[in-house]
Amino acid sequence: MFQKTLHISTSPHVVRGIGTDDIMRNVVWAMAPTAGYAIWVFGLSALLMLLTATAACVLTEHLLARMSGKESTISDWSAVITGALLALTLPPGFPLWMTFLGGVVAIGLGKFAFGGLGYNVFNPALVGRAFLQAAFPVAITTWHKAFAPERFLSVTASTLTFPFTEPAAVDAFSGATPLAAFKFEHAITPAYDLALGLIPGSTGETCAVLIALGGLYLIARGMMDWRIPVSILAAVGVFSSILHLADAEAYPSPVFMWLSGGLMLGAVFMATDMVASPVTPLGVWVYGTLIGVLVVVIRIWGGLPEGVMYAILLGNAVSPHLDKLVIPRVYGTSRTYKTKAT
Amino acid sequence: MNSATSTPPRIGSGRMITAMTATGALCALFIVLAYQGTLPRIEYLKAKALEKAIVEVIPGMTSQKVFRLQPDGTLQEVQEAAKDASLVYAGYDLKGNLAGVAIEASGMGFADVIRIIYGYNPATEQIIGFRVLESKETPGLGDKIEKDPAFLENFKTLPIVLSADKSRVQHRIVAVKHGKKEKAWELDGITGATISSRAVGNILGTSTEHIVPVLHKNLPLLENLAKQ
Amino acid sequence: MSNPISQGQNNKGFWSALAQSQSTNEFLKGLWKENPVFVQVLGMCPTLAVTNSARNGLAMGLATTFVLLMSNTLVSLLRKVIPRQVRIASYILIIATFVTLVDYAIQAISMELSKALGAFISLIVVNCVILGRAEAFASKNTVGRSIMDALGMGFGFVMALLALGSVRELLGYGSIFGLLVFPPVYQEWVIMILPAGGFFTLALWLFVFNWYKTHKKAL
Repeated sequence: MFQKTLHISTSPHVVRGIGTDDIMRNVVWAMAPTAGYAIWVFGLSALLMLLTATAACVLTEHLLARMSGKESTISDWSAVITGALLALTLPPGFPLWMTFLGGVVAIGLGKFAFGGLGYNVFNPALVGRAFLQAAFPVAITTWHKAFAPERFLSVTASTLTFPFTEPAAVDAFSGATPLAAFKFEHAITPAYDLALGLIPGSTGETCAVLIALGGLYLIARGMMDWRIPVSILAAVGVFSSILHLADAEAYPSPVFMWLSGGLMLGAVFMATDMVASPVTPLGVWVYGTLIGVLVVVIRIWGGLPEGVMYAILLGNAVSPHLDKLVIPRVYGTSRTYKTKAT
Repeated sequence: MNSATSTPPRIGSGRMITAMTATGALCALFIVLAYQGTLPRIEYLKAKALEKAIVEVIPGMTSQKVFRLQPDGTLQEVQEAAKDASLVYAGYDLKGNLAGVAIEASGMGFADVIRIIYGYNPATEQIIGFRVLESKETPGLGDKIEKDPAFLENFKTLPIVLSADKSRVQHRIVAVKHGKKEKAWELDGITGATISSRAVGNILGTSTEHIVPVLHKNLPLLENLAKQ
Repeated sequence: MSNPISQGQNNKGFWSALAQSQSTNEFLKGLWKENPVFVQVLGMCPTLAVTNSARNGLAMGLATTFVLLMSNTLVSLLRKVIPRQVRIASYILIIATFVTLVDYAIQAISMELSKALGAFISLIVVNCVILGRAEAFASKNTVGRSIMDALGMGFGFVMALLALGSVRELLGYGSIFGLLVFPPVYQEWVIMILPAGGFFTLALWLFVFNWYKTHKKAL
């Protein structure tokens, strides 16, 4: 591998020997248990949704890369992750045509509008999900029962809705998620059910244990910044503990906050997006804390029952500024030394 | 802009003032003419819109009187329907009997303040009509409070449960989940517009708690005026 | 619609004469080459805010065109009278007057329309298209040319708002001008009626315009 010619390039000069595709492939492995469990819990509908979202993302990535005259970047697996993540944040039984549209928006608007992988300001999957939430607010809050008996034999009626038409009226179940139940009924779901995912919710956000396992795997391989999930969960824990101690009646316990909704999925797989999160360790701590606090604020005082998505998107938006704030002092200069804006 | 860089010719401030005054006078003339020209029509449309809303929430009314809610808890008749939130509109039927009272109320919804008007009939102690005057709730979701037929069905007869001496509301109106209505004073909510329908329940609850006892206290006034 | 003056050599007749005339050019440039929204990207506030239906877009566009026409005419008429030092103040005064007029007129026509357009009618006063045309064109040109310029820019603005409003209404309500285009089973994209949809649709149209401009030679 020794080259005689002098290779000139910009920093970084020390490389670790693993490429983008290695990391991305490992992220896919880490998500596999969550996705598999989702299919087991919600059946064929969840499987079709995962396939549709992934296909939409990969296809859009390929076409847009071709259109902009670049080499197709589908082989780096990042589009697969976006697709799978998007599907995991959607409710089971979500119409497939909407899922497909979400995938197109995620890659087109969330990634390629900014210049492709490495330039995206926001986590593309969350951009897709935010678009779908604003476009189809009814369909995205229609939840389905976990462990329906016929889930492997038939597909939920709403899944196969004809493109651009309204999904059929809620057929089986429109149960409230634990967070909605708490917000509107003040009912607490037992922590055991939450941890194992025996609850209605988005496809991939129900089983907190498997998500945590995937996260631990990535941390162990050094492919994820452990500070992000830790700081988010810590911030949520501390903030909600204070509230819970102040008034246990009005505010839920930190365990409930940790295990319910999309917090685990968001903290482990979404907020850790390498491009859209800060680079400096201190910046990461601030970023995670900000997201954690925002999650609690939106859940407790906001109009919506769940706020992980918006909290992470806001965190993404400020992360370049966080890096700038905590920029280390250049040796031999005063603190007010101004670096030239690039 | 090349001309901006060249030095403008020196002129006295007198000419500037004259030019500005002349332009101002010309503009003022235009505005006054337009105001005078359109005022009657605008007033007519405004009155019409309010009247339409009042007639809608008090079924069977043919004439109305406007009262202002005084700070000391009494009502006073006013002639001019000025834009004032603390006005109540009493509606009378053909025979001159009190058909109901229309009350405006507002409160925070999901997106912005929701303004509503509702009709209350003191004789039956029921809300008899309801209409959203202004709301910026999410189209397709929160704006169901304006058109969802099952939700609007609530307001055809919604009893206000009063204490024995009618000095306060016994059970505050509250919105519940769609299909979960059990008590008479509960409001059957809307699936997919939980927050907006709860906001309406809250606005109605606050307003009725405040106004309905006042109406009952001043009932002779409201009824007598009709007979005159 | 590419430069009408340069290619008028061999085809004679009324249209080529019309195309060569100065005032036609003043009119046409606002529609396409210097379209206030798609090319100059001016007046974004009403463009994004009120275009959630074709009807609102059209009403806003026409109101702006009226103000633009009147202010351009008046500014051009008074261009020799108003001293340079107080010109901006005078322009604002003139523009504000006509905005007030339009506000009254719309209230008199329909309460519903005036409610839908809301504060944005009053905000025409700060629409930079209008002050821009007053300062950059009407204050330096004859009344006739200023009127042509105002009409061109105004209709360019109407066209843009109508384009945005139609797309948003079509996707967001499934209708255009209140007439159902898609069958009732159509699933509305609520986001298109929300402010975010305005940004998306504007971006889409800007993309189309820029793409057309860069690929015009190839076509």
